[in-house]
Amino acid sequence: MILDLLASIGIWLRHSVANLGFAVRAFLKILSASGSLLRRPRLVTEQLHFIGNRSLLIITVSGLFVGMVLGLQGYYTLNKYGSEQALGLLVALSLTRELGPVVTALLFAGRAGTSLTAEIGLMKAGEQLSAMEMMGVNPIHRVLAPRFWAGVIAMPILAAIFTAVGIIGGYLVGVQLIGVDEGAFWSQMQNGVDIWKDIANGVFKSVVFGIAVMFIALFQGYQAQPTPEDVAGATTRTVVISSLMIWWLDFMMTALMFSK
Amino acid sequence: MSIIVPNLVEIRDLHFAYGPRSILSGLRMDFPRGKVVAVMGGSGSGKTTVLRLIGGQLRPVSGSVSVDGQIVHKLNSRELYQMRRTMGMLFQHGALFTDLTAFDNVAFPLRENTDLPEELIRDLVLMKLHAVGLRNAARLKPAEISGGMGRRVALARAIALDPQLIMYDEPFAGLDPISMGVTANLIRNLNDALGSTSILVTHDVHECFAIADYVYFLSAGKIVAGGTPDEMLASTHPYVKQFVNAEADGPVPFHYPGKSLADDLGLGVAR
Repeated sequence: MILDLLASIGIWLRHSVANLGFAVRAFLKILSASGSLLRRPRLVTEQLHFIGNRSLLIITVSGLFVGMVLGLQGYYTLNKYGSEQALGLLVALSLTRELGPVVTALLFAGRAGTSLTAEIGLMKAGEQLSAMEMMGVNPIHRVLAPRFWAGVIAMPILAAIFTAVGIIGGYLVGVQLIGVDEGAFWSQMQNGVDIWKDIANGVFKSVVFGIAVMFIALFQGYQAQPTPEDVAGATTRTVVISSLMIWWLDFMMTALMFSK
Repeated sequence: MSIIVPNLVEIRDLHFAYGPRSILSGLRMDFPRGKVVAVMGGSGSGKTTVLRLIGGQLRPVSGSVSVDGQIVHKLNSRELYQMRRTMGMLFQHGALFTDLTAFDNVAFPLRENTDLPEELIRDLVLMKLHAVGLRNAARLKPAEISGGMGRRVALARAIALDPQLIMYDEPFAGLDPISMGVTANLIRNLNDALGSTSILVTHDVHECFAIADYVYFLSAGKIVAGGTPDEMLASTHPYVKQFVNAEADGPVPFHYPGKSLADDLGLGVAR
């Protein structure tokens, strides 16, 4: 009984270490393949167009509603203390520091990440990646690396759009609907938001989330067995692992960035 | 093998296994330049594995595969990709890029592996598509053409770089008789026109024997017979006889090995 348990733990540990090693190797391969993209930037821009476009609508609509809800909830809370003038600051800080990068990354994983995992998994199942290899074309250079960098570039842009649209949402509800003073809304925001501490840190977070989401999505697709069940499973794993990774990374980065 | 032309591909004492499961053992095969050599055998006999070992997609447990004098599994990644540019492979289901048109599929290896101007690539692609009879289908996507046509587009793509070695993995599977005949003739004619060497993995006896110069029979990971199609037709080897005449039972049993029906139904020896 105890021996069986120890054996199970041993097998699990061995698999985990092997998978981690495999993932690190794959990550390094993608990075080492990235140099060739400088000679063919079109591969990245094409993917940037696809990946960015795929996520733009959901990011914009979600950003608007998150900003509107923030404006509403922020107003109710601040109003209790007579500080509704600080609504603009509250909305802006919430979005630039946390909600912008985090919610964008979660939506990005659900929209673009799953789509990429399924695309790569189906390419593998249809022997398209094998065919590419046999033509003397390395799929890591031709397929994975361009998508990876396109996603890493798209993430901060989408997070910026999410944040900007969110602030507009907060403005519409707070100023236009409820009647918070417009001058106070914008001036408090201007005075309270620091370009490095708040905006740059938010951008940095979104780049890190972009790296994590894109690598997980591509790795899951590339590692999937060429069967419908495993491609479906890989798509689910992309969302689950990416989401957990985003929350963990967010906590770690927030602790490092904003600790005194 | 009584052909005196030099070999493009040589396999020597090749062993391959997936973990503890042996797939190929002690294989020795020669593929002479300019010839069409078929590798035949039942499903699961290791035919496709041979192609993947030649292409360097799998590494042997022991033994060697050499292509044009280079030992495949000793090449580094860059050399391997370089070598693959001298090969073409037709996959069982075509493996066409579904988001690209027939034209772009054939142009893909040219765009990726050469610096040719787009005008020249256009002419080359149209010539390759013309060779397989699909020049006028250049703008269609894989979803818009039949399986047989897709296989021919994949063939045009496989020969896009005028390879010295063309490998065909079950090129006749799932094709109607007309498409089968067309594909068989294309394989032979393209091989002769390009001066290539072709390796044909198949279990379609009629088409294969009509175009192959030499045939290997593979069973359970071992070469059980080899010779010209005429020699194989006249062979008395039980496996070759069963395979060529499509007999249900023989060295390859109809029933998967295991318990007898009587045992399963509880009609065995009374206790």
